[in-house]
Amino acid sequence: MALFNLKINGKTYKADVDANTPLLWVLRDHLDLVGTKYGCGMAMCGACTVHVNGEATRSCVVPVSNVSNATITTVEGLSETGTHPVQEAWDEVDVPQCGYCQAGQMMTASALLAKNANPSDKEIEEAMVGNICRCGTYHRIHDAVKLAAAKMKK
Amino acid sequence: MSTNQSRRDFFKTSATAAGGLVLGFGWFSSEAFEPGVLTKTAADTIDFNAYLAIAPSGIITIYSPNPEIGQGIKTAFPIIVAEELDADWSKVKVEQAPLDTKKFERQVTGGSGAIRHSWERLRKAGATARAMLMEAAAKKWSVPISECSTSKGFVMHSSGKKLSYGELATDAAQIAPPTTVKLKDKSNFTLIGTSVKGVDSKDILTGKNLFGIDYKREGMLNAMIQRPPAFGLKLKSFDATEAKKMPGITDVVSFGNKVAIVGKTTWEVMQARKAVKIEWEKEKDLESSADHDRIFKEMLNSTTATVHRKDGDIEAAFKNAYKVIEAEYQCPFLPHSPMEPMNFFAHFKGDSIEMAGPSQTPQSAQNQIAKMFNMAPEKVTIELTRMGGGFGRRLNTDYAVEAAELSSIIKAPVKVTWSREDDTAGGIYRPAVRYRFKASIDKAGNITGYMLHGAGMNAGNATRPDNFPVGAIENTLIQSNDHKSPITTGPWRAPITNFLAYAEQAFLDEVAMAGGKDPIQLRMELLDKSIKSPVGKITYEPERFREAIKLVADKAGWGKKKKGVYQGFSVYFSHNSYVAQIAEMANVKGKPVLKKVYASVDCGIVINESSAQNQVYGAIVDGLGHAMYGNLTFKDGAPQQDNFNKYRLIRYNEVPDIEVHFVKNGIDPTGLGEPALPPTGGAIANAIFKTTGKRLYNQPFSEQGATLG
Ligand code: FES
Ligand code: FES
Repeated sequence: MALFNLKINGKTYKADVDANTPLLWVLRDHLDLVGTKYGCGMAMCGACTVHVNGEATRSCVVPVSNVSNATITTVEGLSETGTHPVQEAWDEVDVPQCGYCQAGQMMTASALLAKNANPSDKEIEEAMVGNICRCGTYHRIHDAVKLAAAKMKK
Repeated sequence: MSTNQSRRDFFKTSATAAGGLVLGFGWFSSEAFEPGVLTKTAADTIDFNAYLAIAPSGIITIYSPNPEIGQGIKTAFPIIVAEELDADWSKVKVEQAPLDTKKFERQVTGGSGAIRHSWERLRKAGATARAMLMEAAAKKWSVPISECSTSKGFVMHSSGKKLSYGELATDAAQIAPPTTVKLKDKSNFTLIGTSVKGVDSKDILTGKNLFGIDYKREGMLNAMIQRPPAFGLKLKSFDATEAKKMPGITDVVSFGNKVAIVGKTTWEVMQARKAVKIEWEKEKDLESSADHDRIFKEMLNSTTATVHRKDGDIEAAFKNAYKVIEAEYQCPFLPHSPMEPMNFFAHFKGDSIEMAGPSQTPQSAQNQIAKMFNMAPEKVTIELTRMGGGFGRRLNTDYAVEAAELSSIIKAPVKVTWSREDDTAGGIYRPAVRYRFKASIDKAGNITGYMLHGAGMNAGNATRPDNFPVGAIENTLIQSNDHKSPITTGPWRAPITNFLAYAEQAFLDEVAMAGGKDPIQLRMELLDKSIKSPVGKITYEPERFREAIKLVADKAGWGKKKKGVYQGFSVYFSHNSYVAQIAEMANVKGKPVLKKVYASVDCGIVINESSAQNQVYGAIVDGLGHAMYGNLTFKDGAPQQDNFNKYRLIRYNEVPDIEVHFVKNGIDPTGLGEPALPPTGGAIANAIFKTTGKRLYNQPFSEQGATLG
């Protein structure tokens, strides 16, 4: 066990965990940040996506010791009340069905848009292909990414 | 429209200490209704069998009893109530009701049946409250009710006076519920048919604790369970000496052929699980996919089939045929793969147990758990969490029952979480199936005889004996054989028809080709026949079928030559709704590439346009993805795919354009969670045939050279 001071969503969280524990389970089991979801545990589905120093990262395969000095953002940190342009776009387009994958989808999309304000369809595809939505909301995810991009330009 | 209702439908109204109207009504009961007992839930609202409470603040609380799985029921039910109530939707608050078998009937998510089952009752609830609010206002103003009207949460008088529902709620509670209530003319709907956002969306998008897997209680332990790695094995022995020494582990126990590893956190439990040494032994046959292939063929050649339907004389039809067409279609096992793996929380307390988690059928979980502990069912309470998908998997209660059992053994509150591997390899699968078809046609290409022989596994009857084209053909025979497999199987979104529709619709395409008929023309002629001279019992409405077909044909420009575009058609009736689809493909260097899917849907009145569109898109993507890739294979009883690296799900870059049209006929609404899925496989297969000349007789299509994206 080791003590980590993690910088998450602008706050510092303490976690006394085994250094190999994936960030996903530290968030969910120790820090009560359950917006980040478990889907596969092997970087295949994207449900656990968070930002590590601004990069969309699959938290299920990142040991907490690798991110002890990093700046981490989870879906709870996009905005608490749903005012981040990506959250607003997701709401306006009414994307969710079951909703389970959507935190990961939004984290991937927001990381893309932070770097590339005007992504082409191809670039959106390249970013989003790693996130599975079992309910099949892909069309709306596409529309929402476009809408979020437009919102961010304003 | 005016409907009579018995007093018992609306047995109780009440004003609370803080005022307000609470209206109890039987959301589901058709006749008999037991009055409930008042229980206090909040300072300014009281609910007994309460489904509708109007607080003096104007906030309207509607309880949604059915489990939400992504089908939008938690939003759709309240829309119907709010419509008849003329409520201001922005003041409506929706709450998930827990399992309560006294208050509710059919707290089930399955069979696409919720809306159809509750439509009238929900409307009456809203209309009854509205009538009472109007009466309260009329009394206050001393005017006739006929001079009053309602809009967006207000009662208005012709003089211009108005009072909000909140202001009227306490007075309205003193009024006896009317025995007759006038329902709106459907043409006056202002909320039904519009696009209303999901009531949980804000919470989903800000990462709130909503799902079973997020559930947490003070002092709760986490557990994972090692189940037999192959179907047909049972537990022989295990050694947990090492595992028990590992950090965070509190217990390793076995029950019912399983070994549960219990500890403080999920990750610690996952690590310790690897250190448990387990020996398994053979209990039943260990089946492999090759065995299934052989068993199917044996069943189709056997003479012991169970006959489900017989019209005319099929043998004579085949003997006198101008041509006989025969084909066999096969589909594999499928896991459900909901994004949220199975999980459940349980806290056994000796003479009662508290449960929380995602279930499509909480009542059956309650009954089984009560039986296991020899308790009265009401001693088992179940809090319903939002479900991260289910697709039928959560109609089974295994994962809730085992959590209950574990909690009783370790005497502690515990949440059991399944890993993705557990979820995929420990499934209750859509079983594999093989179908043999045989049809006879006359010189003009008309079908004179039609035989379907289903070979299923644990399916009972793998056919749907009354489905179209049965009813439109003089001579038919529908029969099946079934194999009892140790592999656990169960319903999967659109049970039976998910695969059967593909096979039937592809075979009808073959028959149309053989008889020189256009595939749509063939169906239209058959439907004509089932209108003019139906054969035997018919469970579908041919006119509605025809309208759905016409709509999609029109939107997709069927039969009009589009350069480089190859179209495949399919239509299916399931769960009381009609869905027709046309898939369009291009031939890119000899490979069929799916470009677009058009769909027409007749589910009667659409409650929530946005959500309905979302369901149809999703069902098509689901149908397409599984037809292309879904394939769970077995070796010696063990599933060979257990995570998304080996079991492929459709992704963002692989979905075609989709265009959805609803038939507008004002008919009472029917189901939509499932019916758009069955036609998809057939539309794709038929389009592939048009594009390449190759008929795909097996799913998944990707293993026969078809690609997407
Ligand atoms: S849970 Fe991390 S990618 Fe699936
Ligand atoms: S909305 Fe259900 S998995 Fe994406």
